[in-house]
Amino acid sequence: MNYRAIIYYVGMVLKLETAFLLAPLFVSLAYSEQETVKGVLITMAITLFIGMTIDAVKRGERTIYVKDGFVLVAICWICVSVFGAMPFFFSGAVPSFVDCLFESISGFTTTGSSILTNVEVLPKGLLLWRSLTHWIGGMGVLVFLLAVVSNSGGDSVHVMKAESPGPAPGKLVPRLRQSSKILYSIYFVLTLLQVGFLLAGGMPLFDSVCNALATAGTGGFSITNASIAAYDSTYIHVVITVFMLLFGVNFNMYYFLLIRNWKGVWRSTELRVYLGIFAVSTLLITWNLIGPYTLDFGRALRDSAFQVSSVMTTTGFATADFSLWPQFSRMVLLGIMIIGASAGSTSGGLKVSRLIILVKEVKRLLTRMGHPRSVEIIKLDGKAVDKVVVHGVNAYAITLMLLAGLSMLIVALDNFDFETTVTSVITCISNVGPGYGKVSAVGNFSEFSVLSKLTLSLNMLIGRLEIYPILLLFAPRTWRRAG
Amino acid sequence: MNIVIVGDGKVGFALSEQLNLEGHDITIIDNNLAALNDTMETLDVMGVHGNGAVRGVQLEAGVQDADLLIAATSTDELNMLCCLLGKTLGAQNTIARIRNPEYMAQLHLLQKQLGLSMAINPELAAARAISRVIKFPPAIKVDTFAKGRVDLVEFRLPAGSPMVGHRLMDMPRKPDAKVLVCAVDRDGEVTIPSGPFVLEAGDRLHITGESHAITTFLGSIGGMNFKIRSMIVVGGGRLGYYLGKKLDDRPFQLKIIEKNLDRCNELCELLPRAAIIHGDGSDVELLESEGLDDVDAFVALTGIDEENLIMSMVASHKKVPKVVTKVNRLSYLAMVEKMGIDTVISPKVTTADEITQYVRAMQNTVDSGGVDTLYKLVGGKAEALEFTARDTTHHLGETLQEVRLKPGLLVAVIVRQGKVIIPDGKTFIQSGDSVVVIANQYQLGCLNDIFEE
Repeated sequence: MNYRAIIYYVGMVLKLETAFLLAPLFVSLAYSEQETVKGVLITMAITLFIGMTIDAVKRGERTIYVKDGFVLVAICWICVSVFGAMPFFFSGAVPSFVDCLFESISGFTTTGSSILTNVEVLPKGLLLWRSLTHWIGGMGVLVFLLAVVSNSGGDSVHVMKAESPGPAPGKLVPRLRQSSKILYSIYFVLTLLQVGFLLAGGMPLFDSVCNALATAGTGGFSITNASIAAYDSTYIHVVITVFMLLFGVNFNMYYFLLIRNWKGVWRSTELRVYLGIFAVSTLLITWNLIGPYTLDFGRALRDSAFQVSSVMTTTGFATADFSLWPQFSRMVLLGIMIIGASAGSTSGGLKVSRLIILVKEVKRLLTRMGHPRSVEIIKLDGKAVDKVVVHGVNAYAITLMLLAGLSMLIVALDNFDFETTVTSVITCISNVGPGYGKVSAVGNFSEFSVLSKLTLSLNMLIGRLEIYPILLLFAPRTWRRAG
Repeated sequence: MNIVIVGDGKVGFALSEQLNLEGHDITIIDNNLAALNDTMETLDVMGVHGNGAVRGVQLEAGVQDADLLIAATSTDELNMLCCLLGKTLGAQNTIARIRNPEYMAQLHLLQKQLGLSMAINPELAAARAISRVIKFPPAIKVDTFAKGRVDLVEFRLPAGSPMVGHRLMDMPRKPDAKVLVCAVDRDGEVTIPSGPFVLEAGDRLHITGESHAITTFLGSIGGMNFKIRSMIVVGGGRLGYYLGKKLDDRPFQLKIIEKNLDRCNELCELLPRAAIIHGDGSDVELLESEGLDDVDAFVALTGIDEENLIMSMVASHKKVPKVVTKVNRLSYLAMVEKMGIDTVISPKVTTADEITQYVRAMQNTVDSGGVDTLYKLVGGKAEALEFTARDTTHHLGETLQEVRLKPGLLVAVIVRQGKVIIPDGKTFIQSGDSVVVIANQYQLGCLNDIFEE
């Protein structure tokens, strides 16, 4: 294990976090929230001190290998979350540190599950910090680091692979740093665009920024108890629906559009399937809603589109308490909650591209039943998918299911109803936010025991980092010399 | 610059690594997915999977916007096809690896017809490097500047030398041995020495000067003067052939040991003056019976690194004065030096160096005084560069004392109208001069980069 490199990266990440903390600091100063200013300042002092201390440690010549990259990413994320929890704790806004940690991890992993019973009493500084953690976590802390800090060689490749979602993350241009820069620029511009659109709809500036940050990271922390339902404007609902959908698209597509590679966009199977699932789910739910829920077609369409977009991209905003919807709609939503959106976006879940590969694999197995000697390769976008990738996808799906099952067992100790137990785990591991029962869009996670909160926090990290980095931390082999 | 490399073999990899370090954006094409994945995990480059001579694959790699396409697959014909296609699709420059001696003979025609900017031949380049080293037997490595007028020689300072323990400024200088010590490698640590620098035994020195001056100088420092009159070469492949051809006009005994009888017969035809022995060079008894004990130089050029290394160790053990070893696998290079084998030749590295040099020069064709020649010293830790001063060069006519140069940088040689000048404080640069600069921490693009401003 390359400890020096890991410590070096932790130091860098903490310094970066210090820089990001400036935003809530200024907001708190502007709204003269003294407790928050104090909390943020203490945190900044700690992160900066540790970051500077680590600077004294030499990076060492050794390069990072695959395993080091994974462990490094996991450790960096845990550090970022632990220190990111401190502003809540030191400002006294959330008294229990486990709750702070849950909130912070939920932020960075872009889940959006909250332990807060009343969000509206939270100081503005902390509200902004919550939304900002979504934005940082959405595209990735380390990817950001790679975009700003020059670093060549194999180091960064392993780090990026470990942090970027999707079955086979690749680069857009030869240089990784350039690639990260392009992605972050697209991310930044899209976020800015959304702020503009929200402002145009009459949303206050602070709200617009917070909501845009939370949408961009597909996070879902909102600054009102009623989530987006608090803004009674069809325009705002539509804008957020569209932007959630946009942030669930593989960012490579935007790059293709920029370089006028229309073919690349048109050919993308994942994009088509993603939009297809969105359209079909929306129509099914609209059809299901008319009658028992509302008689107004426009309202049914608007609400279903918003909720489908929110759940599928694993954002977790809500304009209606969909846990009260008819059972069929609830099942559809649960399904797309597990699937998630595109690889290479800021969303969580299994990812559409993995689903496509899984379905094609099943189809291939069926063919082989009838023609045992048939040879068939799995193709995606007209290109053969490497066997290793296909196996990786199978293993990923199974591991995800096993881990979810295990977590449900632990959460079941709290003795809540079936719905709450199952959906709380699914929503956390898919980085969505709300589930059904106690954890519905209007509920929260405050009632869970410490053990369950920690388990669910771990689930969120597992979901965001795509299992393996976190799992590797628990493998004894990882820590053995020359293991 | 955008550079597309076809072929992710050893040369392709070495090239990507070097050019990537130089700050270029590299896309590499290969149809071996596993090799490509390995490369992408170790280097910050982009890989494209497919046949490099196919239009769609080249377009995906962005050949149309590339400043340079390098075809370095194992097949000459494929390389030429890649370059032809690349040029048609819009690559600015193309370089092909062409190794077959028969094609080399018609290189001029090919180059013109295919629009090649350059053809590289690793074996020929390596043969040239070996023949240069043979010129100064104590040398580990020899490079030449200013069209062969100036040599840059690397050698290890022996323990008994009168130079050991002296400061460079106190060094006894013979008037006909005007050379300059321009870089010292002590345990992998590179210094560009100044006057008060004290030499130690075992230092690897790089000196520049004219050939005859270097010969005299090496003679004067003790234990470093002998001439090579006989040589055994093991391995009669392409490299062996090119080396034989290069040395054909020099008056010494050349023996080539080759395993394959057919190849032996071919070599007999191609190299009439050399003695061709059919046998296994890794057989020590054969080597001894062919006079390993009395030979002046031993060169191991078989295709297997391990065999070459073992044979060279045997030769070193037998006190053969000059041992040259070919090593393909780059990761061995660092270790080999510790084994007491001094001169190691790697066709891949030589090739990569040549291309890097070409790329640097290409970058500056419009600039004043772009790089004419570039050599990497001590495994790339320092560089020796040759520039041509133009009218646009700054500080023309000012003495080097007056001009502020960047620290850790040395003007080693100036060649003015064919005359070699070893510069001192009163020397100045004129337009038209060839200037050789040694630097260990900058990437110099043009001559003006050496000035502090």
